[in-house]
Amino acid sequence: MGEAIVVTSGKGGVGKTTTSANLGTALALQGKKVCMVDTDIGLRNLDVVMGLENRIIYDIIDVAEGRCRLAQALVKDKRFDELYMLPAAQTKDKHDIEPDQVKRIIDDLKRDFDYVIIDCPAGIEQGFRNAVAGADAAIIVTTPENAAVRDADRVIGLLEQQRIPSRLIINRIRPNMVKSGEMLDVDEIVQVLAVDLLGIVPDDEKVIKAANTGEPTVMDPSSRAAIAYRNIARRVLGEKVPLMQMEDKTGMMQRLRKFFGMG
Amino acid sequence: MTGKQRIVIKGVKDGLVFVLDDRCGMDELLAELNDKLERSHHKLLTGPLVHVRVKLGSRRLTEADRERLVDAIRRRGNLIIQSIEADPDPAEQTAGAGSLHVISGVIRSGQTVEREGHLLLLGDVNPGGTVSCTGDIYIMGALRGTAHAGCRGNADAVIAAALMRPTQLRIADIISRPPEEWMSEDAQMEFAYLEDGRMRIDKISRLNRFRKDPIVFKGV
Repeated sequence: MGEAIVVTSGKGGVGKTTTSANLGTALALQGKKVCMVDTDIGLRNLDVVMGLENRIIYDIIDVAEGRCRLAQALVKDKRFDELYMLPAAQTKDKHDIEPDQVKRIIDDLKRDFDYVIIDCPAGIEQGFRNAVAGADAAIIVTTPENAAVRDADRVIGLLEQQRIPSRLIINRIRPNMVKSGEMLDVDEIVQVLAVDLLGIVPDDEKVIKAANTGEPTVMDPSSRAAIAYRNIARRVLGEKVPLMQMEDKTGMMQRLRKFFGMG
Repeated sequence: MTGKQRIVIKGVKDGLVFVLDDRCGMDELLAELNDKLERSHHKLLTGPLVHVRVKLGSRRLTEADRERLVDAIRRRGNLIIQSIEADPDPAEQTAGAGSLHVISGVIRSGQTVEREGHLLLLGDVNPGGTVSCTGDIYIMGALRGTAHAGCRGNADAVIAAALMRPTQLRIADIISRPPEEWMSEDAQMEFAYLEDGRMRIDKISRLNRFRKDPIVFKGV
């Protein structure tokens, strides 16, 4: 029996789909059997980020309404044999499927896969309720902005009511801005949200490029974001991996100075 | 039949009011109620739908008695019970105001906690979260959201927090948005109170001066 993890945030544009794609791919990279489920019905884009758009035949609504079997709707990834995606429908909307139906699909998938990664739409309405219906755990994605943290807090509260445990990923951190105090720092965010930190991801232009070419960032080991996502995947698997050092490498002198409190 | 009526039925603008005697036994009361509904007031009580308010006085009903009462009135098809009211018990009222509710957890954005009496929260209030009660609020964590103490108008209520970083503070009907100078850097427990209708903040150790509680601690 696998584990279903929903990736959610409340606020839009913080990187839910990017995180889902990269976490899914990183888990596959570790040899796990993974299925990613896009529940953003009407605005699907997990397939675009994964570069699998042209392989879609059926979608989640077709499965829910019995027009095809679940196995027929799964799209196999072009890079990994054990990575699959269940696409959302593009022509329907969130009200065309009920949480119960999603839960049944997720439960079926959990039988065949080690991990089911559910990409949740923004907001806390029907789409959100659909996405969390079958989830065993949640990953909250936020960025170091007050608005995103506020929405993350709201979502964590809603998940607590459903007894779904949450862990946190802080995305798009800019080390220089944090250093100069212009951006919320990691400790501040974790203190407010009071949930376990699963990982931090630096802001990296390569992520945008990767999303546009349909090749998840995590495949490119020269990108700092890729390393961050690989670390996150290892933590999901239960390994203890220290948090990534955000600042660029500090010299010996600087470290000494910091040690003496002069940094 | 005794001279004094146990049940008085009054007509008011929007229906009927049943005023029940609060000293006699429940069985006597129900017997008279049935008698009235079936016989003496039979004519008055047939016809169109009528809303009924039942006044219990100081009587405290058990669940079973309440059901018997409701059944007796409902048996007349045209009577709709609008409310069953009892006078508030003075002892209970003061107990409610003085009681302390202990809650643990994080009050997150969009969540609201409301209590009668005082509130002790073991956890944080996050921005967008609200705690409100009729008495004092004590927060053993960070107050980053909104707190409303004395929400029924008690201006002597205070709000205390281990880390005072509120979005908004309210005591009674005074609403205050913290100006920058409130934000003392050192993390010490503080409390907010009203002085001449203005919100003030001070160290928790001074709460006792505000309250003017006599110091009764004994020591060697």
